[in-house]
Amino acid sequence: MEYKTHIRVRNLSVSYGKEQALKNVTVDLPEKKITAIIGPSGCGKTTLLKSFNRLIDSIDGIKVQGEVYLNGDNIYGPGIDVTHLRKKMGLLSQRPHPLPMSIYDNVAYGPRIHGIRKKRRLNEIVEHYLRESSLWDEVKDRLHTPASRLSVGQQQKLCLARGLAVEPQIILGDEPTSALDPNASQRIEKKFLQLKEKYTIIIVTHILRQAMRLADYVVFMYLGELIEHGPAQRVFKEPQEELTRGYIKGVII
Amino acid sequence: MKLRFVEEKFFNLLMVVSTVLIVASLVAILVTVFIKGLPALRLSMITQVPKGGFYLGKEGGILNAILGSLYLAGGATVLAIFISLPIVIYFNVYAPERSVFVNLCRFSLDVLWGVPSIVFGAFGFTIMLFFGLRASLLGGIIAVALLILPVMSRAMDEVVKMVPRGLLEASYSLGATKLETSVKVVVRQALPGILTAVLVAFGRGIGDAASVIFTAGFTDSIPISLMRPAATLPLAIFFQLGTPFPEVQERAYASALVLTFMILVISIAARLLTKSFTKHVIK
Repeated sequence: MEYKTHIRVRNLSVSYGKEQALKNVTVDLPEKKITAIIGPSGCGKTTLLKSFNRLIDSIDGIKVQGEVYLNGDNIYGPGIDVTHLRKKMGLLSQRPHPLPMSIYDNVAYGPRIHGIRKKRRLNEIVEHYLRESSLWDEVKDRLHTPASRLSVGQQQKLCLARGLAVEPQIILGDEPTSALDPNASQRIEKKFLQLKEKYTIIIVTHILRQAMRLADYVVFMYLGELIEHGPAQRVFKEPQEELTRGYIKGVII
Repeated sequence: MKLRFVEEKFFNLLMVVSTVLIVASLVAILVTVFIKGLPALRLSMITQVPKGGFYLGKEGGILNAILGSLYLAGGATVLAIFISLPIVIYFNVYAPERSVFVNLCRFSLDVLWGVPSIVFGAFGFTIMLFFGLRASLLGGIIAVALLILPVMSRAMDEVVKMVPRGLLEASYSLGATKLETSVKVVVRQALPGILTAVLVAFGRGIGDAASVIFTAGFTDSIPISLMRPAATLPLAIFFQLGTPFPEVQERAYASALVLTFMILVISIAARLLTKSFTKHVIK
């Protein structure tokens, strides 16, 4: 299978003070596919993910070396507008973090920031993306109630709608189902499979089965190093590296 | 094994006793003010300014002090909010984590919190002398703002600190700047706590006599200008209690009742007014 590259990572090293979180990572992530970043806890999965939208910038004593190319531009290069870059990626975190406002305002938050003021246009956007994340029917009668009253699963869908509303190209998921019950997780997974038609999806997961269910492409990390990457089928069936084999068999946790 | 249960019982008892003690003294204070103040409370007290011989037991009221206190504490609170919010946002959003500078600032504010209010009054007075100002409402506002700034900003700081990191990241990842995130997310999330901080600071400001005695002065007329002296309730209470006349002393308790009631009304009103803004807070 041929892949079109969306994110090109070259020799990316990230360290927090003395601790090196990522060591010289080089990988190409395919467009409009689901990429799963897997590996044991503390292996740098989340750091890699958050380096794509530069959320790691604000961490104390962080040092980033190397390049990450998005559509050919190095996002760590000079003259990059970080807010513009982040707009291109929607983030789903481990626990949903709805903003302290109504359901409607949560979805409209991004568009408003980026300059959309017209009430009618905002209404359209809110409805469209709540439908996109399959939340519309559950909340259409209470759009102006606080987002905090939704269940955790609904909150995660809301966060998805909120992220999609800024029209990103990429969806980043940092263990996006880890706080959800099995039912809600399943719904989010299903959503991802639909969304990959339009978006490049990159998720960090420690659930191997989830990676097997969802991923087209797999990146295996271990202690900050990229051990193996490739099409999911191949990596899961015929891992080339001893460490990958061990992790998939459940020897390395 | 036995000792542990005794321990448990002992500390349980200790907690109950302290709670009762605190609540009882609060009630005792309120009841005293009420019992002693209510008989002397007349409508004229809150609608009139002191007339000639008021402090000797003649006609008049404390409207000058009620309005003076409201203007003074209100002005100082507003001023302190405009200084505290940026400080707190800087501490928690802009400054790097574990910043030495921020910790130094927090420590300084904590020290200032403990400085007696008379020192703020004396300091404010020195500054005023330097600028050639006389005792005035403006001077009082500035002195009280300085007095309540540490309370307000540290109390706000503690609640803003509790805003989850993930909430900030959620906002950043939508392309929001730090300012947008601070104003639209952080302040909204911390609003109930911020409001408490403001009310605590307001309470301290309106109840303080020592910081205003030199800076705002005292007058029997209603304050009409920032540059003129202004009366305050705590000083009015002080002056009335200081007279040898029982009927004037009773009026002091009535004034205290008015002060307590004002704080109560303002606290409740502020809570009700901001209720619609705080219902969205993520718990």
